[in-house]
Amino acid sequence: MYNFEYHQAKSVAEASELSLKTEEGKLMAGGMTLIPTLKQRLAKPSDIIDLGKIAELKGIKKEGNTIVIGAMTRHFDVAYSDIVKSAIPALAHLAGHIGDPHVRNRGTMGGSIANSDPAADYPAGVVALNATLTTNKRTIKADDFFKGLFETALEPGEILTQVAFNIPDKAWYMKFPNPASRYAVVGAFVAKFGSEVRVAITGAGSYVFRQKAFEAALTKSFTPEAIKDIVQPQDALNSDIHASAEYRAHLVNVMARRAVAHANTL
Amino acid sequence: MPTVTITVNGKPETREVENRTLLVQFLRESIGLTGTHVGCDTSQCGACVVHIDGYSAKSCTMLATQVNGSNVKTIEGLADGDKLHPMQEAFRENHGLQCGFCTPGMVMSAVYLLEVNKKPNEQEIRSWLEGNICRCTGYHNIVKAIAACADAMAKA
Ligand SMILES: Cc1cc2nc3c(=O)[nH]c(=O)nc-3n(C[C@H](O)[C@H](O)[C@H](O)COP(=O)(O)OP(=O)(O)OC[C@H]3O[C@@H](n4cnc5c(N)ncnc54)[C@H](O)[C@@H]3O)c2cc1C
Ligand code: FES
Ligand code: FES
Repeated sequence: MYNFEYHQAKSVAEASELSLKTEEGKLMAGGMTLIPTLKQRLAKPSDIIDLGKIAELKGIKKEGNTIVIGAMTRHFDVAYSDIVKSAIPALAHLAGHIGDPHVRNRGTMGGSIANSDPAADYPAGVVALNATLTTNKRTIKADDFFKGLFETALEPGEILTQVAFNIPDKAWYMKFPNPASRYAVVGAFVAKFGSEVRVAITGAGSYVFRQKAFEAALTKSFTPEAIKDIVQPQDALNSDIHASAEYRAHLVNVMARRAVAHANTL
Repeated sequence: MPTVTITVNGKPETREVENRTLLVQFLRESIGLTGTHVGCDTSQCGACVVHIDGYSAKSCTMLATQVNGSNVKTIEGLADGDKLHPMQEAFRENHGLQCGFCTPGMVMSAVYLLEVNKKPNEQEIRSWLEGNICRCTGYHNIVKAIAACADAMAKA
């Protein structure tokens, strides 16, 4: 690992200022993605700005029809939260199946969302639950947040502070995990709000996307059979040592069907 | 160089470190507690698991500066003098180790599991161990040891 300057930010404002004024400053949340990246010398930040001690970024609360989660809230806290478990059990399930217990004890929601890793779980929840993301500068709708492989709408100095997830009538998340890392080979988050259905797919493409053909069919009939014969196109899907694009396309349909079936049992 | 003070197994330890010093390097090289192992160095194997302020974490994926001021417990801090911790005792009784390389992390992980879930079933134990890799035992006796420890602690 290359060496760097280290700062423990006391507030969001201070962290933002430091990340702008340092040469190549990098924010650090749980470090579960960033530290492995540094160890492999895939990044060489001049400064690390640790968000770990900023209390205002942690916490879970119910506000109207949403569950609001602070960016620095750990996966462990979301998985075990009574508020999340009763309002959006699918989200608690998602957080509880990220990596392993020790990763969940350090890794944060904000770090997972801000990173837009193609195989991360949280982006599927953000998009399917049509969440509103708040930063130190503005609010961003889920559909406008993820821009590409490891790319989001966040600008330099912009810090994700909290995310408001809409409480659905029914929802579930189903993933086919990589057997070693537990990252999603393919994950499908399905959510029903009144007559509207949203389906977000992670793991399959270069970043999270909505499966609109599934959404249209599920709006008419919220059953696994409704999407059984809809073929996920392979052209934009990932192909790597873990799974071919053809296999991933197949999994997209299977995971979405299983998510719908389970959502209907809740 | 920055100075950190980390309370390790109840004893405050103040040392100079580099900003890039990992917690596991601090424990093994600065303090000399070599019970915490490095198996993979890629955050996957769990041989380096310790407790930070009560919860389990991979010490190869944390900076010493991040835990400045925290309480860290390592495998060396579990036994009470010559008396093994019930989890260590259960691993011994149930032959839950062979080469022993993964064992410190396994034991620290298992101790934390019983803090979160006092009576885990077999499936819960197995899925908890997703972050702890063992190349020797095939896990069976590790799972048995953890279940036996949960029983013993329930009776105690
Ligand atoms: C062994 C292992 C298994 C894993 N398995 C899974 C899995 O199954 N599914 C899954 O989804 N993930 C998995 N992860 C990743 C894990 O969820 C990470 O915790 C997460 O991706 C990043 O969160 P973090 O808090 O650790 O962020 P960090 O690593 O600290 O930061 C990640 C990036 O986000 C930026 N960032 C962090 N917080 C903010 C913020 N508030 N505002 C703006 N930018 C910010 C940082 O600058 C950095 O670029 C795994 C990780 C490991 C080590
Ligand atoms: S050495 Fe830390 S997880 Fe393997
Ligand atoms: S006992 Fe040898 S690696 Fe687990």
